[in-house]
Amino acid sequence: MRKLAITILFVFSVSIHTNAQQTPAQKQTKSILILNATAHLGNGKTIENSAIGFKDGKITMVSDSKTMQTSTLFDTTIDAKGKHVYPGFIIPNSTLGLVEIDAVKASDDESEIGIMNPNVRSIIAYNAASKVIETCRPNGVLIAQITPHGGRISGTSSIVQLDAWNWKDALIKVDDGIHLDFPSIASKSGSWFEPGNLTENKDYNKQIDEIRAFLSSAKAYLAEPTKERNIVLESTKGLFDATQTLFISANEQKQIIDAIQLAQESGIKKVVIVGGFEAYKVVDLLKKNQIGVFLKSVHEMPTKEDQDIDMPYKMAKILVDNGIVVGLENSGGKERMNTRNLPFLAGTCVAYGLDKELALQLITSNTAKLLGIDQQLGTLELGKDATLFISEGDALDMRTNKLTDAFIQGRKIDLESHQTKLYEKYKIKYNQQ
Amino acid sequence: MKKILLLFFFGLFIPEISAQDYFPNNESVQNKNNNYTAFINAKIYITPTQIIEKGTLLIQNGKVIATGTAVSIPKNCLTVNLEGKSIYPSFIDIYTSFGIEPLKKGSDTERNPLYDTKRTGYYWNESIRSEVNAYDSFKYDQSKSEELLKAGFGVVGSHVQDGIARGTGILVALNNDNKSKRLLSDKISNHFSFTKSVNTNQSYPTSLMGSMALLRQLYLDENWYKNGNATTTDLSLKALIDNEKLVKIFTTEDKLNSLRASKLGKEFGFDYVLKGSGNEFERIEEIKKTNLKFIIPINFPEAYDVSNPYQADRMELADLRFWNQAPTNLKVLSDNGIVFALTTDKLKKTEDFRANLLKAIKYGFDSTKALESLTTTPASLVGKGNEIGNLKVGSTANFLITSGAIFDEKTILFENWVQGNKYVVNDINAKDIRGNYDLTIDKDVFKWTISGEINKPKSELTANSKKVNSKLAISNNWISVIVNPKDSSKTNFTRLTGFVEDLKNLSGKAVLYNGKEVKWSALKTAPFKEEVDSTAFQKANVIIPITYPNIAYGNTQKLVQETLLFKNATVWTNEKDGILKDTDVLVKNGKIVTIGKNISDASAKIIDATGKHLTSGIIDEHSHIAISKGVNEAGHNSSAEVTIQDVVNSEDINIYRDLAGGVTISQLLHGSANPIGGRSAIVKWRWGLSAEEMLYKDQPKFIKFALGENVKQANWGIKDPTRFPQTRMGVEQVFTDYFQRAKEYDASWKDYNSNGKKGKTKAPRVDLELQTLVEILNQERFITCHSYVQSEILMMMNVAEKFNFRVNTFTHILEGYKVADNMKAHGVGASTFSDWWAYKFEVNDAIPYNGALLHNQGVVVAYNSDDAEMSRRLNQEAAKAVKYGNISEEEAWKFVTLNPAKLLHIDDKVGSVKVGKDADLVLWNNNPLSIYAKAEKTMIDGVVYFDIQKDEAQRLSITKERNELIGQLLQEKVKGTPLQEPNKKEKVEYNCDTLEQ
Repeated sequence: MRKLAITILFVFSVSIHTNAQQTPAQKQTKSILILNATAHLGNGKTIENSAIGFKDGKITMVSDSKTMQTSTLFDTTIDAKGKHVYPGFIIPNSTLGLVEIDAVKASDDESEIGIMNPNVRSIIAYNAASKVIETCRPNGVLIAQITPHGGRISGTSSIVQLDAWNWKDALIKVDDGIHLDFPSIASKSGSWFEPGNLTENKDYNKQIDEIRAFLSSAKAYLAEPTKERNIVLESTKGLFDATQTLFISANEQKQIIDAIQLAQESGIKKVVIVGGFEAYKVVDLLKKNQIGVFLKSVHEMPTKEDQDIDMPYKMAKILVDNGIVVGLENSGGKERMNTRNLPFLAGTCVAYGLDKELALQLITSNTAKLLGIDQQLGTLELGKDATLFISEGDALDMRTNKLTDAFIQGRKIDLESHQTKLYEKYKIKYNQQ
Repeated sequence: MKKILLLFFFGLFIPEISAQDYFPNNESVQNKNNNYTAFINAKIYITPTQIIEKGTLLIQNGKVIATGTAVSIPKNCLTVNLEGKSIYPSFIDIYTSFGIEPLKKGSDTERNPLYDTKRTGYYWNESIRSEVNAYDSFKYDQSKSEELLKAGFGVVGSHVQDGIARGTGILVALNNDNKSKRLLSDKISNHFSFTKSVNTNQSYPTSLMGSMALLRQLYLDENWYKNGNATTTDLSLKALIDNEKLVKIFTTEDKLNSLRASKLGKEFGFDYVLKGSGNEFERIEEIKKTNLKFIIPINFPEAYDVSNPYQADRMELADLRFWNQAPTNLKVLSDNGIVFALTTDKLKKTEDFRANLLKAIKYGFDSTKALESLTTTPASLVGKGNEIGNLKVGSTANFLITSGAIFDEKTILFENWVQGNKYVVNDINAKDIRGNYDLTIDKDVFKWTISGEINKPKSELTANSKKVNSKLAISNNWISVIVNPKDSSKTNFTRLTGFVEDLKNLSGKAVLYNGKEVKWSALKTAPFKEEVDSTAFQKANVIIPITYPNIAYGNTQKLVQETLLFKNATVWTNEKDGILKDTDVLVKNGKIVTIGKNISDASAKIIDATGKHLTSGIIDEHSHIAISKGVNEAGHNSSAEVTIQDVVNSEDINIYRDLAGGVTISQLLHGSANPIGGRSAIVKWRWGLSAEEMLYKDQPKFIKFALGENVKQANWGIKDPTRFPQTRMGVEQVFTDYFQRAKEYDASWKDYNSNGKKGKTKAPRVDLELQTLVEILNQERFITCHSYVQSEILMMMNVAEKFNFRVNTFTHILEGYKVADNMKAHGVGASTFSDWWAYKFEVNDAIPYNGALLHNQGVVVAYNSDDAEMSRRLNQEAAKAVKYGNISEEEAWKFVTLNPAKLLHIDDKVGSVKVGKDADLVLWNNNPLSIYAKAEKTMIDGVVYFDIQKDEAQRLSITKERNELIGQLLQEKVKGTPLQEPNKKEKVEYNCDTLEQ
């Protein structure tokens, strides 16, 4: 405990002269070996007393410390006995860096007007220096899919790492996917204070037809582009040549069924369901088509009084047990600041029956897989990015999620934030009294 | 027979002409009719329980002259033989808007909230419309009156259904012939509700609790005005005083609102008559305890079309269940001895009244009670028991003539007499031509079956066993039939007509398609036989048992206290003993009795808690769940007069979910829309009990205050704000101003109490708002103050110190860490979020180390939820104090248990596991601070309100019940019952910022 305090103080004194934003880490010139920690590989396996080494931004050793090959020499060794090593957590469907303060409209860049905006790209609005971002890293969230919201087709997302000078610098994968907000089945009546009943959305089929028409005209256009360029239709190209994923927000079972049907008939190869509140009711369909799900915050409330009170908590387990690839997302109220609670969403899934290492996959390898970055990220495996961290204890539990070191592509990142600085500042105030 | 026929024509063509004696008559010579009419040989219901077989009813000039079996009939009398028929008093509906145009919604052009009234000479709040008299806007509605007459009603009460105080209602007889006699009373009732006028743009009240506070203040003001204390004229108060003897009818439209209105009325000594909604059976015990009389609608929900499983899935079990149970409401009310009148209110069509009432009777409602609830009860509710609703001598001659028992499905209502004037519903002389016939038209022969109802017979015609199209109608005993005997694709119609004389042999003239006239005759071959439908279709549905509350996870019966012995638990005492391993805890009579090793108690149920953790229940210092209709009274910048205690909603599923998260006590706070909010309610989550029973006994008084962005309406999107304050500078002034006024108010009362009573000064006006603030000044009420930034925190403490009191709790207090030393010096506690920030500008400097920094400075720190979702996981939030700031686990746990108990001044009874304290305990499967922990049992006062095993069982029964109900609904679909689309009531989950429009 004292050690940690010293470390914090040390870090503090080093960076006391910097501004509110901490400085992105420099390129890692040394090779580093983390020794004797319990390594949670993110692929379901763990290694007690592990040896995890990396060099030039890539993982070069994943081994048991007793059986490790001593031929490889590392410049630096971190003794992490009693600690835990994890691959960096990944938050998909995130608006980090697109909004700074929820209630301040001027700071909000998350949703464009219009219905079909596949050409709208989140990455150029991504503020790498957002103060919210630096509060996510100390809890282990190191990678994010920055996603536009709003409209029917909201736009194109990109994947970033969370320690960068600017958006170019942050990029892991540009324009990875297009986001479709599937029409809702029910429409609301009444005012929001005295809501009326949720009734059938009469335009549901019409709205699906609009998407169908849009996608088929995009397909037609791409087959033989007209003289006049259509940048909207053009931007959907990746959906048809499988270089981009279509992320479809759909929660109700019928929506999910219709969404999958629509994607297939439109010739879209890669689909991920986002939200998926009732995905557990259509597991066979999802499994048959190998479609994964980014589950809406598992800390949400049941949608009905008579639903199992722990339904959201246990949904991930139901899906995983049925062989579905599941990741966790947390869009909704206060979503950006709550990003740092991503590990605890996974932890809650454990409380409701999921195996701990499988739960870890919900925020690491599964997400990487669904985002198409699993060659590079999501596990502690040879050749992958050295985007990982050391925690004093179990990182899925609040009490023990305490990071001592974190690396993004080998760079040792700062775990401070303006919040830790304020903490230190006011500790000084009270120590002086 | 001839006589009746004559009378029929007489009655039809010569209506009573005479108006009032003193009215000029320019239409004819004086033609006053003083004849008697005698109805003989009828079964007469003088009252629902006073019945004469084969009796005579004698009427004259619209009054009952005599009833009995030996009535001597005067000579100038028309006699009607009603052999085999029955006479009932006509029905009365005292709750209608008959003859009154609904008010149009006020213009919405003003987007900004309006605070002051635009009226002059009336009460300050435009929803107080006690000066309104329904009579002033009344216009007799002939077509509506016929709908009501057909449904059996003879008299209705009517009022303007708008506003919180709605003014007076009238009583009208549905006499379509005589204008001058119709009005029975121009002021029969005085009406109230909780719903704002549609005719106002005034902001206040924006909430149910605001409506309740407004009514309280109104009644106080009425008294004050009555005693001559006012210097101005207030027509609303004056009207209220003038009409105070009238029956007060309160429209509640909900069971819980009925309990609320009852409580409010009793505070002022009023026994309202409550206009309910049909869900009274769900809280019948409490409804019964009100000892009030009711007016009950019978608009049972239509069955849902659940044939599409995706749609049906979305329906709440509670709504499906309500459809199933609603028809039993009248039976349940009546079984519990509750006196009530029925109303046609809320019915889609007046004609549905009979069908729905018959349904209620099918579901067990006694038919004598049914008759009472339509006659004697409504009459006596409006003080007219001696005039209407019965056929005693001297009563008004309002009565129904029926073919038999009035609530028999087969019975026909023939006539509805109002004030001695006849209204024909169905022809009493109609002959029953139903049966099988051999029909001959010219030379063609057919088989003819006439079925259906006497007045609406159906025709089936066959020729050589082939169906022939035909249509039959009967009116005044004239038959008319259209037949297409040859080829239905052609328009070769034959028309039959004939007057019914011989029921065995019908005959008449036929006009063939070519215009040729021939004779037709039909010889009866068999009498009509009613088909008795004995299939499942006719059976009443199996009724789902009620639970408390009547939603999913409700309890079928009241849960009871248990004697429980927890063995070998890890006990988090929150006392100096710290965390005890392998310890036993004995719970008896709702208290913690023993804590130690190897305890035994023969009477106790033993719970093996090996490997488990036993803690005191979580206390959420800042919650907004289980509140009805509005968490903010945002209509004024101060609303100290409102109290959440008025609006606790015992039927909220979030209560159960909180229990499942280990929460036993919450402080339900007013929102933060205004600097001085409303009073709080501290509740124990006794799931299943009534709201009153959930209130913490002898609870310390609290009020919510608020600072910053919310109270200055920073994020409300108002273009041209008119409400003070709009800055933090103004916020301070609001407090200073109100406390100054409260001080002066207190002084004026003290002065009056010592000198005034001798007659020197007039009594000050009782002001509920200032009264509450005086309690703060006198340190009888504590403030929980919503706050964020350091400047406003210091300001609030300064204001309090100036007025010699202390702020009790700062809630949210995300910049508390910046002024922890000042807070410690002031003696205020902090109830904060573990890690919230970035949602608005004023939380930009919020840090998750806030709790730790404050704690380390000696401030009492609690973590709260302000959120229905998070309140289920406050144990996880407490664990964040370990993560952010290295608080020990033992201390962190107190952040959600003992510390909030201290802040609420209830730590003498709850908040720790200590002998003698309330047995509000939670058994966890793991260290409660662990993300992996689940509550297995949550108990309050030794009653287990959440049990994880019972929960499992309930899930199974929910599924079973759903399937049963879906089956019943599908049966309705097959039957062809009118259906409605599945739908789901959406619920608002409140937090501090939730505003109502």
